[in-house]
Amino acid sequence: MRLRSRRGGLAITGVVLAILPLLLPNAFWYDLPTRAAINAVVVIGLNLLIGYAGQISLGHAGFIGIGAYASAVLTGRLGWPPLAAMVAGALATALLALLVARPILRLRGHSLAMATLGLGIILSMIFTNESQWTGGPDGIVVQPFSVFGREVTGERQWYWLAAALLLVTLWAAGNLVDSPFGRAMRALHSAEPAARAVGVDPAGVKASIFVLSAVGASLMGSFTAHYVGFVTPQVASFLTSIELLTMVVVGGMASLAGSVVGAIVLTVLPQLLSRFEGAETAAFGLILVVTMIAMPRGLVPTLRERLGW
Amino acid sequence: MLAEFLQFLFSGLTVGATYALAALGFTIVYNASNAINFAQGEFLMLGGMLAVFLLEIGLPAWIALPAAILLVAAVGVAVERLAIRPARDAEVVTLVIITLGVSLVLRGGVQLWRGTATHALPAFSGDAPIMVAGAALAPQSLWVIGVAAAAVALMWWFFERTRWGKAMLASASNRLAARLVGIRIEVVLMLSFALSAALGALGGIIVAPITLTSFDVGVMLGLKGFVAAVLGGLGSGLGAVAGGLLLGVLEAMAAGYVSSSYKDAVPFVVILFLLMFLPRGMFGAQAPERV
Repeated sequence: MRLRSRRGGLAITGVVLAILPLLLPNAFWYDLPTRAAINAVVVIGLNLLIGYAGQISLGHAGFIGIGAYASAVLTGRLGWPPLAAMVAGALATALLALLVARPILRLRGHSLAMATLGLGIILSMIFTNESQWTGGPDGIVVQPFSVFGREVTGERQWYWLAAALLLVTLWAAGNLVDSPFGRAMRALHSAEPAARAVGVDPAGVKASIFVLSAVGASLMGSFTAHYVGFVTPQVASFLTSIELLTMVVVGGMASLAGSVVGAIVLTVLPQLLSRFEGAETAAFGLILVVTMIAMPRGLVPTLRERLGW
Repeated sequence: MLAEFLQFLFSGLTVGATYALAALGFTIVYNASNAINFAQGEFLMLGGMLAVFLLEIGLPAWIALPAAILLVAAVGVAVERLAIRPARDAEVVTLVIITLGVSLVLRGGVQLWRGTATHALPAFSGDAPIMVAGAALAPQSLWVIGVAAAAVALMWWFFERTRWGKAMLASASNRLAARLVGIRIEVVLMLSFALSAALGALGGIIVAPITLTSFDVGVMLGLKGFVAAVLGGLGSGLGAVAGGLLLGVLEAMAAGYVSSSYKDAVPFVVILFLLMFLPRGMFGAQAPERV
């Protein structure tokens, strides 16, 4: 049942992603689904950490920032090829995540929230303050993305790239959740001592999933930087971390479909509200509060239960 | 040399007193509900912004400032009734998200109402500095430290000497037992939000003449208050005050002697290392872990 619904979900996502371009009137409209798909990839990684393994992070935007600035600075200032810059960013992220994972993930509840929040804020301050490299609060221009000399240009090409990334991530995450590692991860969330008793290494599992989700965020940071063509410290800010967390929780903890839905809803909605200064923030907050009160488990798990899927 | 040190110490204690009030707010709500109220910083912002607004429409300061505090306390009660109580039995993550949502609503609402401009509150008793051993001390700094100290003393009296304070302490240490002896947990929870909002507003108002205020000052003030509360061992009132003062002084020393551009990073670096190597804070009790 579980496997069938996974394949079904993957197929539905694939079909929707393939049909969507036929419904979009012009290239301008490709922007929103592209952003949503990139966000969804980050959110899936974060959901593995928060929803499945039960470890909160309020600092993942910092990892997006590492990827984004690695791509911006290494390609722009040092002339690296985009792919190499992206990999370097991912490696740096992996190294940092690996370094802090064990001491940080020993903490739980509010201490863990505090530590991840602190890490994210320190990173975002570095991006703001090291302006000789990062351009400071004003941001920095990013070169276009190219793979082995072939440049990705235009909204359409970016859309297909983002769609492919989303499908691959969804497929890989589904396999991961259903694997022995995935079971160990879920066991940690429901009962850590019990998991330990049957031979799961909690620290190791937590650290692996933390590093994995951080690297995912870093890679997507790189893609976003090239796609938008500009990076400001905003990508790494506390508010971005909160937005990501919101997408996880509103869509549904421990639900891959939920991550996609959460990313879509919370990417599209602020765009619709962006004309009103301040209303965007307030509406975002209101959605958060109402969803959490009415459906504490998130949109997808709640709807799935009510409709009996 | 000494003058310079004193100067940094004064400015550190001044900001630190504000962090202490914010941290005390976190602690009170945490003890009553086990939740970290991420909207605490917005109470500081609301206090400052409302005070500016009430003075602008012509109210005298002795009405405007207390009125601002009462209004923010009312907002605190509303937050508890509308957002926290309906989700009382939810998981920690859910409560964290709800309070983050509340903070966005408050911040966005104030931005809609007053825009993004920075506002100044006049200093309570002029700007002529007082010279102490070569260091210039702004009168407002004395106000901040004095008012914060008075508020802390009042809180101590409330928790140690009044029935309501004791009821709050009792329900913090054991909710079920407190209920059994007839304490109304709902009232305690509401009171905790009113108190923490009022403390926050007070902190926001007394510091506004020094740091200015705008719709977004609550983010950093709130996060630093949270750091201070964790630094002092979450749940300890004394720890929160000590944590706040220490944080303020560390920040001012780092800004003065090292680099002012990383001043805001100091609290987060400190807390990150503390959590990694001393996970229970400076004054945290060694509580056995429940399985």
